[in-house]
Amino acid sequence: MSVAEAHADTSKGCIDIRNTGVTFGSDESEIVAVKEVSINVQPGEFVSLIGPSGCGKSTLLSIVAGFVKPTRGEALLDGKKITKPGSDRGVVFQQYSLFPWLSVRKNVEFGLKMAGVDQNRRNATARSLLDLAGLLSFENHYPDQLSGGMKQRIGIVRALATSPQVLLMDEPFGALDTQTRVVMQEILTNIWQQFRISVLFITHDIEESIFLSDRIYVMTARPGRIKAEIKVPLPRPRTPEMTDTPEFMNLVQELKGLIREESLAAMAPEIKDRGLSGFGMKVGPKGVGELY
Amino acid sequence: MTSTPEKPEAPVAEGQAAPAPAAGPAAAEPEVVPTLSFRTVARSLLKHVTRDRIITLLLGCISIGALFLVWYLGTKYRFEFYIRFKNVPTPAEVFHQLTQVGLSNKYLVNIAISVRRILTGFFIAIAIGVPLGLLIGKYERVRDLCMPCVEILRPIPAIAWVPMSIMLWPNNEAAIVFITFIGAFFPILLNTIHGVHSLDGVLVRAGRCLGANEAQLFWNVILPGSLPHIFTGLAVGMGVAWVSLIAAEMISGQFGVGYFTWEAYSLVDYPAIMLGMITIGVLGLACSGVIRLVGYFLMPWLSYAPGGNR
Repeated sequence: MSVAEAHADTSKGCIDIRNTGVTFGSDESEIVAVKEVSINVQPGEFVSLIGPSGCGKSTLLSIVAGFVKPTRGEALLDGKKITKPGSDRGVVFQQYSLFPWLSVRKNVEFGLKMAGVDQNRRNATARSLLDLAGLLSFENHYPDQLSGGMKQRIGIVRALATSPQVLLMDEPFGALDTQTRVVMQEILTNIWQQFRISVLFITHDIEESIFLSDRIYVMTARPGRIKAEIKVPLPRPRTPEMTDTPEFMNLVQELKGLIREESLAAMAPEIKDRGLSGFGMKVGPKGVGELY
Repeated sequence: MTSTPEKPEAPVAEGQAAPAPAAGPAAAEPEVVPTLSFRTVARSLLKHVTRDRIITLLLGCISIGALFLVWYLGTKYRFEFYIRFKNVPTPAEVFHQLTQVGLSNKYLVNIAISVRRILTGFFIAIAIGVPLGLLIGKYERVRDLCMPCVEILRPIPAIAWVPMSIMLWPNNEAAIVFITFIGAFFPILLNTIHGVHSLDGVLVRAGRCLGANEAQLFWNVILPGSLPHIFTGLAVGMGVAWVSLIAAEMISGQFGVGYFTWEAYSLVDYPAIMLGMITIGVLGLACSGVIRLVGYFLMPWLSYAPGGNR
């Protein structure tokens, strides 16, 4: 796969977020989105960031993407401070972000066009990437003619077209139905395996994070901090059958326990203190897994 | 199968076995030889004649027919009950006028001059309104700087600009073009601003992530993304431009369709008044039709967008 070979440089793509905090607003209306976080992604590693909604995981990704400047600390890519968005970091968004006025192929070509690559090479790269995504026959369609899963596949290969060192994914499958999601996860592991690219993946889906990742960071409810770092020892390549193994199940249980506490905290701090017994349920703050 | 060429391009397609324009049905039934015969051409033309389109056309005819019927009956029986058809010329008189004056130099020159004024004012309005609208929509500081001015000038109707315009510009022609420009400018400007604001922020972020610099972002994301709203602005602007032009021509003009109509009124030439009015209507229709057509070809993706027609 020629496109994938272009990414053969495995020494690059190291994300380093150091003691980073983000505060929105000022004075009394101040909201601490991220308190103090240090995470890293090694070259070629697939790392997930998981946590309850509103915990600041998307904010962290926005820092790496260059949309948000951290209030404290810094984010580095291969030792260089990140200050603004750039094509060295591919981003896949939760919302569909294809340009509706461009054909599928022109969407994939976009980054190369911005970089001044000539039409022929653009065309060739886009076509081989679309082939990889299994969507070559749709190259002249408009995004509005495609299903959600197709759009996100194109979103992924569009982000890869400029040969970025890292891929940042902000709940890319959040809007898809469960069946499509599972297929997309397999497609993503395949693409990742071919490109050997570093990935920072945001999700709130526990199984998804385990299936995809080498390492998982669990975040606390707002203000976001890192609660735990979990290694996923499952072998590669990952297959759907692995989700039934005891190792996988144990990881799911462990993560569910960690996340549950934070989800409760995110809803209301009072609930966390007294458990859910007020709602007629006998579940304590450490009642692991009983809600699921 | 008769192989009579129906259209000039037929002989080219005839020799090859390549699928003719009507390849869709031909591929479904392999026994049909895909040559361009009279029958295949007729069938491909007939394919476009759907029930839906026939009804659309029919209703359009009824709509315009009703207008003429009211006019015809009103003038035939000299209807007079509060509104008076006494002096209104009949359709036949107006048609007669058209055959008399209609093809005269004077009438055609008047039309040409009006169209020239419209196009000049309209294109200047596009040239200033669209870029300014994009800038105001994108940059808050530009907005802060320009919008107070825009909001004060906007409520002033173009007709109210006529006396000022005559004072301001060295000649009548420039003054009329300026008034036309004023009419078209604000709808175009405001719709462009609205287009930028309604552009999904994720598309701008995606553009930045893919390495677009500020200028590339404008040209490749913000402009095409705002294009549907810009075209709404063009359609509205064209309508207001005609209103303004006709008013300006009636008040200050020499030449032009508005002047033609007003002159007919001064000369008590009733059929010519009607002819002038109908001319304005048809020209306005043609102009907005052209805008819609250009929009259709410039934005083919809209047919697939939610609410599109495919």
